[in-house]
Amino acid sequence: MGVAKYIKDERGAIKTVTYQSGINVKPVYGPEDLEKAGFKYEKDLGAPGEYPFTRSIHPQSYRSRAWTTRQYTGFGTPEETNERFKLMIANGQNGLNVAFDLPTQMGYDSDHPLAQGEVGRVGMAIDSLKDFETAFAGIPLDRIGSGLTINAVATIMMAMYQATAEKFGYSKDQISTTPQNDILKEMIGRGAWIFPVEHGVRLVGDSIEYAVKELPKSNPVSICGYHIRESGANPAQEIAYAFEIAKAYIDNVTQRGILPEEFVGRFSFNFNVYGNLWEQIAKFRAARKLWAKMLKNEYGVTDKKKLFLRGLFGGGGSGLTKEQPENNIMRGAYYALGAALSGAQTTALCSFDEAYTIPTPRSALLSLRTLEMLMDEVGLRDTVDPLAGSYFIETLTLEMEEKILEEMQEVQKMGGMTKCISEGVIQRKVSRQAYEYEKGLQSGEYRKVGLNPEASDQTAEKTEAGAVELHEYNEDWAKKSKANLKALRATRNDKDVSDSLKALEKAAKGSDNVMPHLVKCCHAYATVGEMAGVFRQAFGEWNEPEFY
Amino acid sequence: METKNKIRVLIAKPGLDGHDKGAKIVALALRDAGMEVIYSGLHQTLDQIMQTATQEAVDVIGLSIMSGAHLPICEKLIAMMKAQEIDDIRLTVGGVIPYQDIPKLKEMGVAAVFPGGTSFEDITFGMNKLFE
Repeated sequence: MGVAKYIKDERGAIKTVTYQSGINVKPVYGPEDLEKAGFKYEKDLGAPGEYPFTRSIHPQSYRSRAWTTRQYTGFGTPEETNERFKLMIANGQNGLNVAFDLPTQMGYDSDHPLAQGEVGRVGMAIDSLKDFETAFAGIPLDRIGSGLTINAVATIMMAMYQATAEKFGYSKDQISTTPQNDILKEMIGRGAWIFPVEHGVRLVGDSIEYAVKELPKSNPVSICGYHIRESGANPAQEIAYAFEIAKAYIDNVTQRGILPEEFVGRFSFNFNVYGNLWEQIAKFRAARKLWAKMLKNEYGVTDKKKLFLRGLFGGGGSGLTKEQPENNIMRGAYYALGAALSGAQTTALCSFDEAYTIPTPRSALLSLRTLEMLMDEVGLRDTVDPLAGSYFIETLTLEMEEKILEEMQEVQKMGGMTKCISEGVIQRKVSRQAYEYEKGLQSGEYRKVGLNPEASDQTAEKTEAGAVELHEYNEDWAKKSKANLKALRATRNDKDVSDSLKALEKAAKGSDNVMPHLVKCCHAYATVGEMAGVFRQAFGEWNEPEFY
Repeated sequence: METKNKIRVLIAKPGLDGHDKGAKIVALALRDAGMEVIYSGLHQTLDQIMQTATQEAVDVIGLSIMSGAHLPICEKLIAMMKAQEIDDIRLTVGGVIPYQDIPKLKEMGVAAVFPGGTSFEDITFGMNKLFE
């Protein structure tokens, strides 16, 4: 019965239902519930496309356009990633969602000792502009937008993307990229951080400022409640922490004399979809409303379009089980249904084999087909926000709104998100919750089909062998990347490289925006490791706080 | 057989991967089970892990590996332990470990393997069993 807490009587009938966000669900809802909650159509919902956008940010939603599908893709060398990009585009995918290997995410070149065994393993290996030129060869960068899943060195990849487009003859105002670029969430979960908190936030600020001035179609930051949820936050905290992170970035940019109105429209979000279906739907509806209200009331944003909560709602990794992996195919379909009922603009779905391995082409396509079925076969495009007006959903949406606000207020009371993360408060809280949840799963307090208590090790072993084709790591990727690097270092113009890196260092140590300098470094074929090395030297590295 | 009094464990995250939920919740579970648990933090080199393990005089290292690099990492760490003639620290590993890799890890000298999904009870039992 999913991930809510159910208490049953001796006959097996459900007595109480409690969602992870702490909301108790009644057996029946009626008009009296809406009355009690003070529900008013104009105030709480409004028409789709109208403030506060609870129902949808677009008046016609999927009627006018189906969602954008962006499966997370990338592994091995840029050549292989390029092939997979083309496969996904040929099969109807209309945006890219690029995975980088860990050395790239952590700002090391493929020949760095710490990169050993990791080159190309969990994403593609990028050392210089040469690799981006290969990875994006033949991709129409004026039509296909690219999400870049990278954070600590997102500024470098954004510059790399611009430099690549310029090499291919596109202008920087034609291209659309969405680097993930959310360093604060990396410090809560996922862990691909490098620099201390204040420098990390400054780089995010630099990229936002640059995008406002130079990259009109790009979205410089995608704030990820997703990974915070994966790390143990409940759905209300997922939204609350993401919004508090957004506020930390907004504050950094407004300090530069730029008004929120000028840039908040470029923020996008990445939220998770696993868990109880109704709680997810209420979460997204409440989140759209709260974001719009917050920007309007606290930041004085007036342009309607800039109040939209845009983003990728998808994934669902933590909902998948390693046991009986084929069950994840169905599980993923229900998560995707939740995303569609929530009006997700852009989506992606974890593939059933992701508890083991990087998806094979077969499993990645299966996810894409699952998403297509919802739009083309099942009827999710028929009408906007089909659950609106449900006594249950509207009551739940209001309760969710309240829970999210409570969590946001708690962060504010402790001095805001930057301070909470520096001190480790949020990290300790979500780790503790993850532990309690896991204990609940293991004791049977929470139920997951195929996991507890009926599954035994033997069945798991059998099904795993039959169902999952492992994505093999290829040692040749590292050899090839290293050889390419060696050739690059021998052929590039050393003076251009050292001049551009020196200028970057000056900007990093001072207060100039680093972005234009990074673009020049990329054009000079400076490596990711060299550029990140400049930052490492200028900023130092973060010491994570104790987690106990 | 007598069980050792308080097992000292170093839960360590080697390499660049930052997915630390598993490491943290296992650290909490082993602590609740009465062990003394030290958590290394993220992005540790194998040298750093060995140094912490010897300085803290732990009985067992629990590596948490999600990136798929468990075979080369364990191989290297075991070679380092042999070179430094450390034979009183057991090596265990958990994370995203395909079942077919378990025999390979055991053969290398890994004392116990706890793939994702192993219950806290089984991990605690497995750890205790190493010292019976």
